[in-house]
Amino acid sequence: MNELIPAFSFRQVFIEPWSETGGDYLWVVLMGFFVTAACGMTGVYLILRRMALVGDAISHSVLPGLAVAFLAGSLIAGGDASTGHLAETGIAGGHYDFRNPTLMFIGALVAGVLTTLLIELIHKKSRVKQDAAIGITFSSLFAIGVILVSLFAGKVDLDADCVLYGEIGFVAFQPFATIAGHELTPWPVLRMGVVFLLTAGLIGVFYKELLVSSFDAGLASSLGINPTWVHYSLMCWLSVVVVSAFEAVGAILVIAMLILPGATAALLTHRLPVVFILVLIHSAISSLAGLHLALWLECPTAGAMVVVGAMQFCLAWMFSPEQGLLTRGRRSRVEGDLVDRHKAEAAAG
Amino acid sequence: MTPLPKSQIEPEIVPFKAPNPSVPGASCPLEIHDLTVAYHQKPVLWGIDLQVPPGRLVGIIGPNGAGKSTLIKAVMGLLPLSSGWVKIFGQPYQKQLRRVGYVPQRESVDWDFPVNVMDVVLMGRFGHLGLFRRPSKADREIARECLEKVRMLPYANRQIANLSGGQQQRVFLARALAQESDLYLMDEPFAGVDAATEAAIVEIMHELKERGKTLLVVHHDLPTARNYFDMLLLLNMRLVAFGPTEEVFEYELLQKTYGGRLTILSEVADAVRQKTS
Repeated sequence: MNELIPAFSFRQVFIEPWSETGGDYLWVVLMGFFVTAACGMTGVYLILRRMALVGDAISHSVLPGLAVAFLAGSLIAGGDASTGHLAETGIAGGHYDFRNPTLMFIGALVAGVLTTLLIELIHKKSRVKQDAAIGITFSSLFAIGVILVSLFAGKVDLDADCVLYGEIGFVAFQPFATIAGHELTPWPVLRMGVVFLLTAGLIGVFYKELLVSSFDAGLASSLGINPTWVHYSLMCWLSVVVVSAFEAVGAILVIAMLILPGATAALLTHRLPVVFILVLIHSAISSLAGLHLALWLECPTAGAMVVVGAMQFCLAWMFSPEQGLLTRGRRSRVEGDLVDRHKAEAAAG
Repeated sequence: MTPLPKSQIEPEIVPFKAPNPSVPGASCPLEIHDLTVAYHQKPVLWGIDLQVPPGRLVGIIGPNGAGKSTLIKAVMGLLPLSSGWVKIFGQPYQKQLRRVGYVPQRESVDWDFPVNVMDVVLMGRFGHLGLFRRPSKADREIARECLEKVRMLPYANRQIANLSGGQQQRVFLARALAQESDLYLMDEPFAGVDAATEAAIVEIMHELKERGKTLLVVHHDLPTARNYFDMLLLLNMRLVAFGPTEEVFEYELLQKTYGGRLTILSEVADAVRQKTS
């Protein structure tokens, strides 16, 4: 058994990562939190709008967008991607980073919007239902992405492992952003932090538009809030979040980050603002506990974080005050209804 | 004796929101001309011409698939029109957003949504808020008054999933009241509600009418239609008839509306017999 599961040592798993290393793991935890929180908050709206599958679709179909963006990045940087020959300037610096963030975001945005448009086009202009349209669109785009990545493999810094599983564990080894010569944070963490803050800010600013168009699209348009516009804006932002999370957790695990926090929160509360607070707590626990789980089991960090997220979901599912599998019997809905009705009648006199 | 300030002698005159005289038809809550709507190239509404006078309670009746809901959605611009136009107080819908209140079908929303009763009613105020603005204390006060009117105030903090069908419908009605509109469009507000709720909705509809509001209500129960509404709009893809209930609610027209459907016809016969007896 010892062969399969590494022995658990509290000292090794919980103390040494923080005392022995110079805070490298802090970046991993922060990155994990930013990724899960940004994805989770965006995912709340996917769940509410019953579009969880669309999140799945976009997380896959940004791949061809990224591949094309990487290729374009290498061309702009002076490399000739088709032969793998790099201009002198490219090699001079040793490892050359083709990841032009602007191009990546543009590539992902185009891919995300294209996915959304294609799904709707297939669904509306044929007898194919929406779920089938989603399946067709994202798997085809992902397949194109796989071909593109393998065509340009070795020529651009984008490999299948990274695409599928991410590399959050190595985030501390990425180049650091510096201010006046002081190393601040690794670039990916900074980028993800900005995406996280922007996500929270956008949700705060457009809270009522998102709320009413998600709850009742008919009312939204009767109030002059165009649900189609909201839909595409949300899809655009989803693409941005997904592409930012991509290099940390990969195409597959990002789906878990989109859905798990919101689904867990939805089991625990009936108030949308509280949902967002719970998503943040869920994200913090996932990233911190996930790191330690990964250190113990010596497994990929992103995977461990998702597993911790799933465990939290299971706990909420079991013990949710109103909907828990194990707590449901205590106060049934009907009973609560009767109590409240008595209260209402008493209040009405 | 010092004269009282003018404001204390005379009641404050609330400025009347006069219809804009420069807009023709501004006094007509709803005018529809040659309206045709199609789904997948199949017409659902065909050549509807309609002028609804102000301050009326209008019931829209017709068989399933007659286009009743479609008519309401088309008025609000939720569907593309194949032909024709719709004017609300003489202007296109997009310019009269605040003057139209909407009660959708109860099944059209997800009642597991994580909001409570108050949140839903406050949505009715969103049309009065600008972009980025949150509902104010005054908006909450209005929402509370509207909840009181439908006798749902004690439930203000209740999660909407834990409401009965009738209570859900009252919440929707309160939300429409909070919109403080002049024209109300209601899609089957009586579907699946208890008798007490039905009575409460009728009472509120009449109160709105007394205050000069115009209401268009999709309704599917013939016997009650005659008592509830002062005008009826008989619809079956085309406009069969539109007029005062006592003129329009008669066998020939209803038969024309419902076609040869036997069960419905006997229902119609019953309803007409009730009317004549």
